[in-house]
Amino acid sequence: MVVTGPFNSGKTAFIGSVSEIPVVRTERRVTDNTRAVKDQTTVAMDFGRITIDKDLSLYLFGTPGQKRFDFMWEILSEGMLGFVVLIDSARPETFREARRILDTFRTYSNTPFVIAANKQDDEDAWPPEDLRIALGLDQGMRVLPCIATRKESVKAILLELLYGILENVAEEQPVPARKR
Amino acid sequence: MALKGNLKDVGLNQLLNLIYLAHKTGALTIHRDAGSVAARLYFKEGKLIQTALDGQTARLTDIMVQVGKLTADQAKAIRARSKVDTDKELGLLMIQNNVLNQADIIQGVKNYLLESVYTLFTWHTGTFRFDPNVLPAEERITVAVSLDHLIIEGSRRVQEWEHLRDELPDLDVPLKFAERPDVNIRNINLSVEQWKVISFINSRNTIRQIASFLKMDEFQIRRIVYGLQTAGLVDVLPSTLTPGASGPVPLPPPAPPPVGRGVLLRVIDRLRKI
Repeated sequence: MVVTGPFNSGKTAFIGSVSEIPVVRTERRVTDNTRAVKDQTTVAMDFGRITIDKDLSLYLFGTPGQKRFDFMWEILSEGMLGFVVLIDSARPETFREARRILDTFRTYSNTPFVIAANKQDDEDAWPPEDLRIALGLDQGMRVLPCIATRKESVKAILLELLYGILENVAEEQPVPARKR
Repeated sequence: MALKGNLKDVGLNQLLNLIYLAHKTGALTIHRDAGSVAARLYFKEGKLIQTALDGQTARLTDIMVQVGKLTADQAKAIRARSKVDTDKELGLLMIQNNVLNQADIIQGVKNYLLESVYTLFTWHTGTFRFDPNVLPAEERITVAVSLDHLIIEGSRRVQEWEHLRDELPDLDVPLKFAERPDVNIRNINLSVEQWKVISFINSRNTIRQIASFLKMDEFQIRRIVYGLQTAGLVDVLPSTLTPGASGPVPLPPPAPPPVGRGVLLRVIDRLRKI
């Protein structure tokens, strides 16, 4: 699964919340004007893992957030099951960029995706439904509340994405009831 | 929870669309520049009900004068008879004195609200804040105006703005009078604003400087200069801006990875347990 989103949207924290291994980070000091937002940023990818059983693992890849590293996006999107677009709900100046990232990933792959309205614990956070309207997203696109630093919140996002993927797979057995 | 942001990131039309679709109640406050006067729009269940510009809500008599339904003298006479100076009382005095009827008043207020908001569509920078459940003072009149028409008209004005910006991308260039002997100046009628701009045309003044002298925003100056330009009266030096290179051509979507249902169910089961 790929976790994408604008700069400082919380991708590294999202993967770190559920990965059973310390997230393999490729962070470097920020040297441009985005330094005012944070000191370090992902330049290649973040990498996390959840072992399902002895012969199956779920890998989470976080894309770099800054635009000049977007050549990595297409590489990371190859063979993905689905993707999560993380949005910093408290920074409307990043909404347009989030929409651009979403549209770009949809041209790479027709796999299912969910939009996670992150930082819902911030008092300036836009509610998910307002965010969906502001981004001009269709009713059918799922925008879910998220706090990337909380494991249960991240699990809920990943499960929602997995259910979406499951709906696209040929029917073999009934889909279990969604538990939160 | 207040919604905050900048108009360059979320435009007024997007905000109105959000308020309309989410049936929001509250006050949208917009500051054009830091520390500048604000416009405040009040909404109830997704409809515009009142505006306050420059920090003040206009009295009903002022509104009726502004939309041309009362003369200044009539408004003064009505206010002189008023005891508590609420819009309700002012409206009743207008009706009782056969100056206006109820339909005139409602239509006048609607027109005033619409025009107030239309002027805001030319604001392309500034900060906004939406405070839910904040309503206007009770002594001022409220009339519910549906936002669908406003949004359509706003889109038209935004398109006009974008068109003007394409036609005049660079404001840091001077204007010069056109040397076209075929243009018959005698047949051209100019507005007061156009005359004001013309009076500043020389090789030292850029369009931006003229706008600054005349206290016009970018939309106003672009519209006037574009009008003068298309009438063949002025020329603008060509912009040095070059159009940006087109973006990469998107790749065709690859086929989804072959993942079995059983594998997905194992992943879901494991994820629930961590």
